[in-house]
Amino acid sequence: MLNRANLSASRWLLLVATISLLVALPVLSIFWLAFFPEENIWPHLLDTVLFHYVSSTLLLAGGVGLVTLIAGVGSAWLVSMCQFPGRRLFEWALLLPFAVPAYVIAYVYTDLLEYAGPVQKSLRAWFGWQTARDYWFPEIRSMGGAIAMLSLVLFPYVYMLARAAFIEQCGSIRAASRSLGCTPWQSFLRVSLPMARPAIAVGLSLVLMETLNDFGTVDFFAVRTLSVGIYDTWLSRGNLGGAAQIACSTLIFVVLLITLERMGRARQKHFVQSPNSQRERYVLRGWRSGIAFLFCGLLLVAGFIIPLLVLGGYALSNFSSYWSEDFIQIASNSLLLSIAAALVSVLLGLLLAYGKRLQPKRSVKLLVGFSKLGYAMPGAVLAIGVLIPLAAFDNAVDAFLREHFDISIGLMLSGSIFAIIFAYTVRFLAVSTGAIESSLEKVTPSMDRAARSLGRNSWQTLWAVHLPLVRTGLLTGGLVVFVDCMKELPATLLLRPFGFDTLATYVYQFASDEMLERSALGALLIVLVGLIPVILLSRSIGSRRGEERTALASSEAPALS
Amino acid sequence: MTPMFSKSLFQKIAVAVGLAGAIGANAEEQVNIYSYRQPFLIEPILEEFTEKTGIETKVVYASKGLNERLQREGRNSPADLVLTSNTSSLMDLLNKQLTQPVKSEVLEQNIPTQFRDEAGNWFGLTTRARLIYASKDRVKPGEITRYEEMVDPKWKGRICTRSGKHPYTLSLIASMIAHHGEAETKEWLQGVKANLARKPQGNDRAQVKAISEGVCDLSLGNSYYFGKMITNKEQPEQVDWAKSVNLIFPNQKDRGTHMFISGAALTKHAPNRENAVKLLEFLSGADAQYSYAEKNFEFPVRPGTARSELIKEYMGEFKEDNLSLTEIGSYVPAASRMVDEVRFDF
Repeated sequence: MLNRANLSASRWLLLVATISLLVALPVLSIFWLAFFPEENIWPHLLDTVLFHYVSSTLLLAGGVGLVTLIAGVGSAWLVSMCQFPGRRLFEWALLLPFAVPAYVIAYVYTDLLEYAGPVQKSLRAWFGWQTARDYWFPEIRSMGGAIAMLSLVLFPYVYMLARAAFIEQCGSIRAASRSLGCTPWQSFLRVSLPMARPAIAVGLSLVLMETLNDFGTVDFFAVRTLSVGIYDTWLSRGNLGGAAQIACSTLIFVVLLITLERMGRARQKHFVQSPNSQRERYVLRGWRSGIAFLFCGLLLVAGFIIPLLVLGGYALSNFSSYWSEDFIQIASNSLLLSIAAALVSVLLGLLLAYGKRLQPKRSVKLLVGFSKLGYAMPGAVLAIGVLIPLAAFDNAVDAFLREHFDISIGLMLSGSIFAIIFAYTVRFLAVSTGAIESSLEKVTPSMDRAARSLGRNSWQTLWAVHLPLVRTGLLTGGLVVFVDCMKELPATLLLRPFGFDTLATYVYQFASDEMLERSALGALLIVLVGLIPVILLSRSIGSRRGEERTALASSEAPALS
Repeated sequence: MTPMFSKSLFQKIAVAVGLAGAIGANAEEQVNIYSYRQPFLIEPILEEFTEKTGIETKVVYASKGLNERLQREGRNSPADLVLTSNTSSLMDLLNKQLTQPVKSEVLEQNIPTQFRDEAGNWFGLTTRARLIYASKDRVKPGEITRYEEMVDPKWKGRICTRSGKHPYTLSLIASMIAHHGEAETKEWLQGVKANLARKPQGNDRAQVKAISEGVCDLSLGNSYYFGKMITNKEQPEQVDWAKSVNLIFPNQKDRGTHMFISGAALTKHAPNRENAVKLLEFLSGADAQYSYAEKNFEFPVRPGTARSELIKEYMGEFKEDNLSLTEIGSYVPAASRMVDEVRFDF
């Protein structure tokens, strides 16, 4: 009996180790590259622009962090704890901006707010101004613009997680704090907010990693962050190793930051109370409800409705000339790739999370943490990291067959759909694993013991006990990965097969040449297809009122540990 | 026993997949292209090629990393040709030894020596000129005639340009280094930076737009952007931008205007070598040169090719800087360093 248990334990360890290492291969390849720079870039960077890169990176990350924190936590608090007109609509609609890719929203707002755009045109017409020198207007292509754009599409990460955390919180704790003399604000700041800190930290860390990886938006807005430095070192200095060094330093910095935050609350313990206690919402009246409505409404309008209207307007205005037969093919490419990657990510995420639950050792935790590093790498750099092991594998197999069978089979995995799905999995596994982990954590260990004592092995327990319980975790993890894959650009661009387009690559080829009109239909489709999972998510929220806490508590909690 | 079985099974599958792939690849004549040029720019000309020869073309387009992909794929890479929009990527291919020389009388006849590698490792297919775009309203004809004059204090706050790190800008700076040396070029670059109206941003077209909006009076830009704007039917406002500027071909009285190329290279392990050379020769031929250049408003490399009406009307004949592309390429790293040193982009 003991032997069997040991055997099973070592099998799980082996499984977790294999998955983690396979998924970590691309990141390891980049670390490996970092050991072989063409020349030492640091003296030059230190002497010249490193300070500027770092300061604009910190400013951008700090700005986006602050804005998403206020927008995400604020709106989550309002919809989960207060009663005001439109609350039920906002509850799910605030997830919608998540479906808009950052580079698309950047193009849309530039189109609207630049000098030749409709807003400034109307202003000039009203006030009789002639040229740009007659008045001041905020420049959208700026640090402020970049912070605004990234925040508008990234705040849903914080919103999702903070909201789940607020709903999870036991109403009686808040009631206790009120009866001890706290005002609603004090109760929020002293009780609810600290209790939601783990969830908010996870959401914020996702936001920060997305921000640090972003190239499209910052490049378009001429904000020179470290990711611009990475591409410049690689492409104009011809120093891929040096670029890898910058990328790895950023990654280490992010991991340190997350570790520090975790250590800061290592001694806090959060227990979830039984989920069925009725919660009372603060009923907002008068100007208070007006402000709540405006706050949520502004986020929804700016992050979703305006981009949708602009893209829709362009797409419809010349629909017949933009629509082609290829479009159906391109859209189905995107759809199938994203579905496949979401399924793979959920499967691997489940195995990793369950393996970690069975074997909560340091080594396993480390391995699982390792498998999530792909999320913190800039996309095009990660794509190079994917190329290296896949091409090495293909060439080794080919060389072996040439030698022994005198057959050449060429490349099997490189330049195939597999390469893209692998890249997506590497990039987004952190999201699905995190969601499943937090879902699993809520299942009491006594369930495992009961099942095992009834003679079920670990696989049967997973199948019969855990799977049904973590269904929502699987669903949300998979759906978030799906939306992320629909938007993914740099890895798809480089790794795809001949003549293969996704909606994102299609949009990019026109949008990068500032032809927003021609890219609008593709961008609109990304948003609309991305809506499906958001609607599914919100339906699972809406239709399962009774189970609200389990559904939401487990929703989208991708944690990096 | 079990591992043995799965290993041999895997091999069988691998061979079967590989054979199927190989048969598929041989079933039709084709050329596989890795392209840094956007698909909508090259598709029409590739379609013409397929119509004429029956050889299918397959393209992967990416804005960065194709050299690395080719390098990693090694001898099994399916790519035959790399199409680039600048010289740096060609030089990088050559440095990484990813190309093979082509000996072709057709190519040698069609492409002048300064626009191709001596050993035949890469070929220029079109040329572009780096122009100064000047506001019609605010800059008098003859007020600026040389790149060197952009540092004149009278242009303070009146110049727009894209990022100094863009290959097009780097190429111009590299050519300045070739002509004037590093110290003088750095002074020049600092002078240009001091005259900028705004932080370098956007592409060449965005600078012309800025001139039409009154943000600045001068900009640096490639010649073909003018053609793309003045003929733009989908966005008629671009015609107005183009009409707000004069084209200035700099340095006509001395060395000539800075030129660079879009080009192509045959990969070292090209599986469809013959077809790829056919495509190269086709692209350098009279018909393709005319229509390729006409569609994209670039200049044909092939001497004696007719120039499109539009080019004749707005650009005419001009004196080109004959600096070799290899020499320019050798100064690009120094140019990139210099852009950092003067903090051009910040």
